[in-house]
Amino acid sequence: MASVSAAESTPVVGSPEVTVECVDVCKTYRQGDLEVVGLDHVSLTIEKGEFVSLSAPSGGGKTTLLNTIGGLDPPDSGRITVAGTRVDGLGKAERARLRLEKIGFVFQAYNLIPVLTARENVEFVMQVQGVATATRRDRASAVLAQVGLDGLGDRRPTQMSGGQQQRVAVARAIASEPAIVLADEPTANLDSSSSQQLMELFVELNESLGSTFVIATHDLQVMGYTRRQVRLLDGRIVGDGPPETASHS
Amino acid sequence: MRSLLAFAWLNVQLAWRNLWRNYRRTLIMLAAIVLGAWSMIFMASLARGMVTQMVRDGLRALPGHVQIHHPEYREDPTVVNSMPPLSSELRSSLESESVVAWTSRVRVPAVITSERDTRGVTLVGIDPERERLLSFVADDLAEGRFLEGSDDKGLIVGRKLLERLETDLGKRVVVMSQDPENDVAERGFRIVGVFDSDLAVFEEGFVFAGEAIVQQMLRIGEQASEIAIIGDDYRDAERLAADVAVAAGGELQVEPWMELDPMLQTMMGLLDAFILVFVVIIFMALSFGLVNTLVMAVFERTREIGLMLALGVAPRSIVAQVIVECVLLLLVGLAVGNLLAWLTVSALSDGIDISMVAEGMADYGVGSVITPRLGLRDLAIANLTVLILGFLASLSPALRASRLEPVKALSES
Repeated sequence: MASVSAAESTPVVGSPEVTVECVDVCKTYRQGDLEVVGLDHVSLTIEKGEFVSLSAPSGGGKTTLLNTIGGLDPPDSGRITVAGTRVDGLGKAERARLRLEKIGFVFQAYNLIPVLTARENVEFVMQVQGVATATRRDRASAVLAQVGLDGLGDRRPTQMSGGQQQRVAVARAIASEPAIVLADEPTANLDSSSSQQLMELFVELNESLGSTFVIATHDLQVMGYTRRQVRLLDGRIVGDGPPETASHS
Repeated sequence: MRSLLAFAWLNVQLAWRNLWRNYRRTLIMLAAIVLGAWSMIFMASLARGMVTQMVRDGLRALPGHVQIHHPEYREDPTVVNSMPPLSSELRSSLESESVVAWTSRVRVPAVITSERDTRGVTLVGIDPERERLLSFVADDLAEGRFLEGSDDKGLIVGRKLLERLETDLGKRVVVMSQDPENDVAERGFRIVGVFDSDLAVFEEGFVFAGEAIVQQMLRIGEQASEIAIIGDDYRDAERLAADVAVAAGGELQVEPWMELDPMLQTMMGLLDAFILVFVVIIFMALSFGLVNTLVMAVFERTREIGLMLALGVAPRSIVAQVIVECVLLLLVGLAVGNLLAWLTVSALSDGIDISMVAEGMADYGVGSVITPRLGLRDLAIANLTVLILGFLASLSPALRASRLEPVKALSES
């Protein structure tokens, strides 16, 4: 599959303008006795500050691609570069370091640490990074205010609604100012109103922070908020472009 | 360094809060650790109390903490190997602050004869005033009187010997030995006192007379067989012996009780081994519960651990988190267990009367009352062993947690 970019001019590989570059990436995994193709020669370039959705029917490869870009799952072959770092070939600990320093994650099931308060959850990644306490506290307060949770920092996840928990997860993802935020079906567990609010928050953060956002989803409403839609089918990229044109690419 | 400390503190916070997520399980495990720690420490203090008493009784049974002899005396404990009178240098060393009490004795093999029987014994010539501070003889006097001076012409014998000789308090006996010229030296004594002892060998085998009287009988002037010394602490006997040896010069043999009675020393070493084995056995029983608790905790938090790995927490930090959780659990359990053990030992500071079962034990030098003794060394053995073994027991669940694949762990329901 040829590399397709939404940008008019092709950015130079490894340049600061390119956040993600996948070249001929393949990934298969086993499901019982079956070998399932997750990614089939995928090539993709995502520039800094882009707001991209990865869409596919169930089993189409969007989560696999997200996990491979995020260094959660190493590819079988091909080359992946994230924020200037080659991901393929990295060891477990090196991939963990990459995720810690350069990638923010938002998951479908919020995945907050239940024994920590909202503020402590937001501080968690910064604490692991070794950010000084005062800086960490200030940053957490600012980010919680930014996602609309000012005053709820001392609540535990169980004391918050699904939408609020997902906002905490977003705050945690952006608090350390990563090069890219990867969100896997972030609205799947939310009602339509909360989904809308969350997507508006993503748009606002993308514009205000200039961070790169990649969202895996099969929700048309969510895709409508992104400026570029990459469509996958059976592990191959079958469309790439603005949401209204991607299906025709 | 600061970031390391911050992360360590985060681990402690997480571990502490995680412990109380399933508080019933944590409380049950804590109760097991508390009980284990209490029993380890209390049993160790009982055993330590028993052996300490055995050592003290053993040392009171004549050796003292340090003894001085003629170099040949221990090989051939006869009158020929007596020591010359004390030099002024040695005498001033014996009067130093590190010496609590000392006495000289004449100690030779002898034969005691009553009108009905004859037995082999050890005749000990003592200075009653000095001896009173060192050995059991005066304290354990059951009948009659103690010797009143070095020139007292009376004889103190053990109750069992009295029975064997079929004689009685106030009757006369004859004691025979050899003088340095190998001539028979004998003297008649009146039995003025009878002593009891926990050790049958003492009651049957030792008789005590005034030192000057025995020296006169053996025709050895002011020579003595041994000097027995008591210091501040029996555990410091080696240091005391070294100090005295300097004053004694090279002509006399100075030995701490560990060399004089190696069996007592061996028993103390055995006790350390016994305590360690006891602690390890109790911990092995505990470890099943501990490992189970940690395995369950890891299993229940698979998603959370997967999340942390996904967010970039290094696998070794996951190992640290599980170990910290285990160590915290152990520390809380040990703290309460130690406190309970201390309270128990304090409550039993007057001793536990085991006379119902201790009759046979007397032959081994164990008295009828055992006073538990809480030693820092035993506390350290019990606590450190539990912590080290707990750390080792937590490694398996910790490593298992760190090897989780983030993607798979996150998909766990």
